[in-house]
Amino acid sequence: MAGYIVRRVLQAIPVLLGTTFLIYFMVFALPGDPVVALFGEKTPPPQVVEQLRERYNLDKPFIVQYLIFLGNIFRGDLGVSFSGQPVADILAQTFPVTLRLAALSTFFLMVGGIGVGLISGLRKGGVFDASALVVSLIFISLPIFVVAFVAQYVFAIQLGWFRTTVGVGAPWQDLILPALVLATASFAQIVRLTRASVIETEGQDFVRTAASKGLSRNRIVPVHILRNSLIPVVTYLAVDFGTLMVGAVVTEGIFNVPGVGRTVYQAIIRGENPTVVAFVTVMVLIYLVVNLLIDLLYAVLDPRIRYAK
Amino acid sequence: MKIKRFGVAAIALAAAGALTLSGCTSGSPESTGEAGASTAVITTNSTEPQNPLIPTNTNEVGGGLIVDNIFAGLVYYDAEGAVHNEVAESIETEDSQTYTIKIKPDQTFTNGEPVTAESFVNAWNYGAALDNAQLSSYFFESIEGFSYDENVEEMSGLTVVDDLTFEVKLSQPESDFPLRLGYSAFAPLPDAAWEDIEAFGENPIGNGPYMFDGEGAWAHNERIDLVVNPDYDGPRAPQNGGLDVILYADLDAAYADLQGGNVDVLQDLPESALATFETEFEGRSVNQPAAANATITIPARLPHFDGDEGKLRRAAISHAINREEITEVIYSGTRTPAKDFTSPVIAGYSEDIPGSEVLEFDVDAAKDLWAQADAIAPWDGSFQLAYNADGPNQGWVDAVANQLKNNLGIEAAGAPVPTFAELRTAVTDRTIQTPFRTGWQGDYPSLSNFLAPIFGTDAGSNDGDYSSPEFDALMSEGLGAADVEAGIESFQQAQEILFEDLPAIPLWYTNTAGAWGEQVENVEFGWNTVPLYHQITKSE
Repeated sequence: MAGYIVRRVLQAIPVLLGTTFLIYFMVFALPGDPVVALFGEKTPPPQVVEQLRERYNLDKPFIVQYLIFLGNIFRGDLGVSFSGQPVADILAQTFPVTLRLAALSTFFLMVGGIGVGLISGLRKGGVFDASALVVSLIFISLPIFVVAFVAQYVFAIQLGWFRTTVGVGAPWQDLILPALVLATASFAQIVRLTRASVIETEGQDFVRTAASKGLSRNRIVPVHILRNSLIPVVTYLAVDFGTLMVGAVVTEGIFNVPGVGRTVYQAIIRGENPTVVAFVTVMVLIYLVVNLLIDLLYAVLDPRIRYAK
Repeated sequence: MKIKRFGVAAIALAAAGALTLSGCTSGSPESTGEAGASTAVITTNSTEPQNPLIPTNTNEVGGGLIVDNIFAGLVYYDAEGAVHNEVAESIETEDSQTYTIKIKPDQTFTNGEPVTAESFVNAWNYGAALDNAQLSSYFFESIEGFSYDENVEEMSGLTVVDDLTFEVKLSQPESDFPLRLGYSAFAPLPDAAWEDIEAFGENPIGNGPYMFDGEGAWAHNERIDLVVNPDYDGPRAPQNGGLDVILYADLDAAYADLQGGNVDVLQDLPESALATFETEFEGRSVNQPAAANATITIPARLPHFDGDEGKLRRAAISHAINREEITEVIYSGTRTPAKDFTSPVIAGYSEDIPGSEVLEFDVDAAKDLWAQADAIAPWDGSFQLAYNADGPNQGWVDAVANQLKNNLGIEAAGAPVPTFAELRTAVTDRTIQTPFRTGWQGDYPSLSNFLAPIFGTDAGSNDGDYSSPEFDALMSEGLGAADVEAGIESFQQAQEILFEDLPAIPLWYTNTAGAWGEQVENVEFGWNTVPLYHQITKSE
């Protein structure tokens, strides 16, 4: 087990290096000069532009820029934004917010999606199953910004149950509405996956054995059926966690959440390369860590899974 | 000896400004501050400042809002764009070239340092020096000793006379120099700034009506909290307890917060609300022209747009655009069809400058002019209009292209460029091969600011490389006039030349569009679209 983890962590290093290179190259290859854009509609004096290019190393060839960037990263310096704030500070401020949003959203997905999927699977073909199908189809067919605007208008502006946007420090209660909105995007997949998996597991020999052993339904459902049905669902959640972090761009804009999506979006628009690269790198890192955790979780869910030495 | 006091000119300007505005401001409140100062804090929307909050490095609205409220310059602009002394006691000149500036005694920064002549001179020298690469350095280019080619630590045109007096010598007479002094780049800086300018930009210390609510009041991407500066003793005394500026990336979120009551005053509106905000916030909204305009620039280097043929084609295009229709249909009336190259809020504005008929929608005239141009050299190809697709431009560009197609019978289409940075880069290196959208937001309320930087030969923002000796001569004449008012006539004559040559085709003025909640009163928006926050009162 320990060896497996070490191997996975070592594998992550080339992935990270490759990612930073690709992202840096893509940002570099974007046409348009961010320094010129700093001046808006006004045409800047060329001498001032030159000075600024030099300051941000934009006057050097791509590979030199990338090596400077990489060297700084090893010294723990992620660069500064145009507003003079160290990128490391921006990371420290925004990632916790988005992580909390994504975690809350995942929590809602697990409780809502798995719960509904389980009941649908156990009572397949029933009224509940049919209505769950309809509801999840509605959610999957609505673009997330529509859900977000409607939820904001109805629950925050009209009913006043929630704050319209997220307040200072992004308290948990303000994150509930955006997290629910985010959760709707994957709700249908989780419900359908869980339902299918539950139906399949229910027909397995060990479930029938458990029933014939005289175990109560209250024990069979959570321990034997649900636990064994969760592997595909958990895999999906892991993949989805990454999507949640990235897909939060729209939701974070609408609910003014001071998180990663909003910051990266703004940085791309402004051409702040260090910010973009640092954020994407950390996103990749989180994605790797979450997937490692999920792989380890498989063993807990299904004792038959063993990790190669 | 002829000594002119700036204060007198300012009063005349105020009157002129009020007259031009009276036709278009219906919803703005009439009285200010009669309820007395309240202590409630006003919340408003803005965007994350793009640069550190150093006045000479702040050139966009997000930072501008903060800098304007925490710093007090020599003069300030009222709602109509008229200039009043703020820190200045007097600004005097005999020849519009050398200005003697006296500042009021006993003014302090919020760290207790006195505001002196040095505070201004040092800040301006810092802003102008090439090595500091400040975004607003070009504001100092008319001061003697300024250079783009070498680093100048101290400009020879700035002389400190005594603690409260300094002299500014310009390299040529410019009568509108005093008008510029209310722009944030001309703010004073305390000595504390020179210890660590980067750190200062994060926690600036000013002398304005508001100040930072302690260290770290700038919570990046979230908000900036300002409180009243108790030592401020000037004309912009706050009538409220402070200003919470919430930073949004998405205006729709800000609008939802106004509807939800989390924001008191919204200084911008999302596209989605343009058609409805005036009914939804009836009596609590504003929609009036501001000191900004939109134009189409057609460089003369493009085929068919040079010489007489070019003039005819430009005039034809201008006649073929139905500005009324586009401002109504696409912008729901939040743009105002242009009548000149400046803006209605600028003192001296006139909507019937000879030659401005070229802006009228007239299909027959358009067809006729186009045919005349075809007689010189037949038109071929398609008329492409470049715009940045990351901004809300596609709607109006497609509308203009369609009108040209229908009214002139030519191929016309929008040419989207993915980002603003890309468009501006192509415009700046002159690699762009099509006409393109341009716009100008006034830095200070002066006619010349809308003309000289854009149409003067080799001027900084002359994206179309327009050059007309006659225009240049009239601009110098206007700038060299005894005072701003005396210069107006020359500036308007200069515009007559522009109407003939049409280096850029004026489209419309951008309106100030904003709304506010029931809980606030005395909301008035300035000439530059920003509310005058200090005079807003809020019931508790």
